[in-house]
Amino acid sequence: MRKLLLTSLVVSALCALVPVSAHASEGKEYPLPNVEWSFEGPFGTYDRAALQRGYAVYRQVCSACHSMKRVSFRNLSALGYTPDQIKSVAGEYTYQDGPNDEGEMFERPGRPSDHFKSPFANDKAAMAANGGALPPDLSLITKAREGGADYVFGILTGYGAAPSDVTVLEGQYFNKHMAGHVIKMPPPLTAGAVTYEDGSPQSVEQYAKDVATFLTWAAEPELEQRKQMGFKVLLFLGIFAAIMYAVKRKIWAKVH
Amino acid sequence: MSAGPRTPFENKFIEWFDQRLPIFTMMNKEYGVFPTPKNFNYFWNFGAIAMFMLVTMIVSGITLAMHYAANTGLAFDSVERIMRDVNYGWLIRYIHMNGASFFFIAVYIHIFRGLYYGSYKQPRELLWIFGVVIFLLMMATAFMGYVLPWGQMSYWGATVITNFFTAFPWVGEPIQTLLIGGFSVDNPTLNRFFALHYLLPFVIVGVVFLHVWALHRTGSNNPTGIEPKDERDTLPFHPYYTMKDSFGLLIFAIVYCIFVFFMPNELGHPDNYTPANPMVTPAHIVPEWYFLPFYAILRAVTIDIGIPFTDITIISAKLGGVLLMFGSIAILLVLPWLDSHPVRSARYRPKFRLFLLLFVVTVLVLGKVGGMPADVPLFHITKDFVFTTTHVAQIATVYYFAFFIVILPVLSRIEVVKPMPASIHEAVLKCQSSCGGNA
Ligand code: HEC
Ligand code: HEM
Repeated sequence: MRKLLLTSLVVSALCALVPVSAHASEGKEYPLPNVEWSFEGPFGTYDRAALQRGYAVYRQVCSACHSMKRVSFRNLSALGYTPDQIKSVAGEYTYQDGPNDEGEMFERPGRPSDHFKSPFANDKAAMAANGGALPPDLSLITKAREGGADYVFGILTGYGAAPSDVTVLEGQYFNKHMAGHVIKMPPPLTAGAVTYEDGSPQSVEQYAKDVATFLTWAAEPELEQRKQMGFKVLLFLGIFAAIMYAVKRKIWAKVH
Repeated sequence: MSAGPRTPFENKFIEWFDQRLPIFTMMNKEYGVFPTPKNFNYFWNFGAIAMFMLVTMIVSGITLAMHYAANTGLAFDSVERIMRDVNYGWLIRYIHMNGASFFFIAVYIHIFRGLYYGSYKQPRELLWIFGVVIFLLMMATAFMGYVLPWGQMSYWGATVITNFFTAFPWVGEPIQTLLIGGFSVDNPTLNRFFALHYLLPFVIVGVVFLHVWALHRTGSNNPTGIEPKDERDTLPFHPYYTMKDSFGLLIFAIVYCIFVFFMPNELGHPDNYTPANPMVTPAHIVPEWYFLPFYAILRAVTIDIGIPFTDITIISAKLGGVLLMFGSIAILLVLPWLDSHPVRSARYRPKFRLFLLLFVVTVLVLGKVGGMPADVPLFHITKDFVFTTTHVAQIATVYYFAFFIVILPVLSRIEVVKPMPASIHEAVLKCQSSCGGNA
């Protein structure tokens, strides 16, 4: 048995060695930045202040182009907002509703149960306004891209002058981390564009970090509850397993 | 389904019930006093673990189905609603999603155990064949389940895989049309996949029942591969193996829970968090990890087989790949007849052991290249000849089949075995004095 385990280990180690880093694509590869996130690791939680700042960045910048259809205002209570604050944020938007008893559609202020309002009526309108490129819905973006929050941070900070081997057409921008290195999103962040009340630096890096934190929360609002429950479950299973091990040892002790 | 002669029970109600329907007698016979070889190692846990995973999948799956909407316009949203708005919906979905992976992990280890200790050999051939049927049904179930959330990988995976059926002449296209309910993957596909995804697990339950029934006819194999001879070789299933299996299951559950609670998306593909879009093809379409070795075999065939010096193709590369992929699993069905060596356990067959471990490496390598794009250059052999992932897949595929068709039949004739103990009892005693464990 031991020999067998050993062989299997050697075998798996060998497999891991098979070269995989063979990148066929021409041009330079840029590794994603490895940002330190408050929510990383088994004990990680969301930094509430960063979430609130990130929401401000989304609301004042990204929401001009990107929808977040899966998040509703009431979910913002997880960011530390009070019901009254949420009500007033929602109230700043108008939604079409109806039909009423007369059969007419009407406009009304948003409610906490409404989902974030999309900037465009439909995908076609969004593409028409953005040079043919669709700004993806951001509710799940950190789960929908390899690298998650690091990727979003990388995209937002990855603009710069194009190297000679990348052709950037009209309406396109060089971006280190976009597939193919060109993106149709104009650099969305500039230093000082969003005012922070808590004295955090108003830099592109800080904005990018905060909004990526906010988007991770939007994609995985259950993250903190999940990890907390995970520890309880593992504790329970660990103790249970230890007991079963003792029971098994005791029963088997008599066997020859 | 008679349980044989009955011994009366003390409890009045149980006795009353058992006289009329001897379930308690049967349970006691099959899971209480059932004589079980006393030298099992932890590889023998994985049957019970697979059973636990099957139940877990059915319970979590039925709960998901209460909130899921099998319609292309609603499916993705309904899954996201499960994740966000249903109480503990994220938990149920992550249990189901990672459960599929852990079900396959358990079954792969279980199959390896069978190969290593020769559990497929006479008189357990039928038991083994039921096992292969379960494996096939699991693959069909998991494939259709993966389509249900209607993400990009769901859609494109379904498109690519069902398209392979068109490789068969004459019947191919009708089969594909029947499978997807039209000419492209669309709402009818999703509807029938959901219906079948709900049905097949219960078919699996039925085949598992036959599998266990056959097991209880022949009794379990064991690490020596020597049949138990007298009562010194066996122990009653309860409490010895009920307790050992519980311990093993808990360790497995701990690893499973680490994934569910701390890295629930580690085994999945990010593209499946983007709603399906028939107009946008993902850069790199890959199936779930547990299909990768077979996907590699499918893509390994790159040449048409035809009549030499003519343009006539008999087997196109596409058909060849499909045939080999199905063949790679179908060949397991006849394994008991390919390996006719009288000794079961690899413990006493050093050559078989070596070739089997090489086979395991081959499957892992196939899994690795199956997840990579085809034709990725690895290194230069000569100046003009570049060795690629496709070559790796081809060599591995050749070994995969050679193992069954050439190596096993040859070894069956020529392999000389190491000295063997006369009984399980003797093997255990010898091991306790020399190898200090219950291997
Ligand atoms: C002027 C409109 C506009 C604004 C403002 C904007 N974006 Fe974009 N964004 C786009 C467009 C258009 C695309 C699609 C680009 C493409 O496909 O080339 C895009 C793409 C993206 C992508 C996806 C890249 C990929 O992998 O496909 C991310 C992530 C993103 N934006 C994040 C943000 C964030 C965060 C903000 C706010 C700080 C923001 N965007 C503000 C227009 C915008
Ligand atoms: C053999 C057991 C089973 C296996 C291997 C299996 C496998 C899978 C897989 C791989 C997925 C995709 C997971 C994802 O990415 O979201 C899935 C989804 C799903 N399964 Fe199953 N399943 C099994 C049993 C069941 C049963 C019995 C039901 C009951 C109806 C069920 C209902 C569902 C539903 C509703 C979904 C879609 C929701 C979702 O994607 O999370 N499954 N299944």
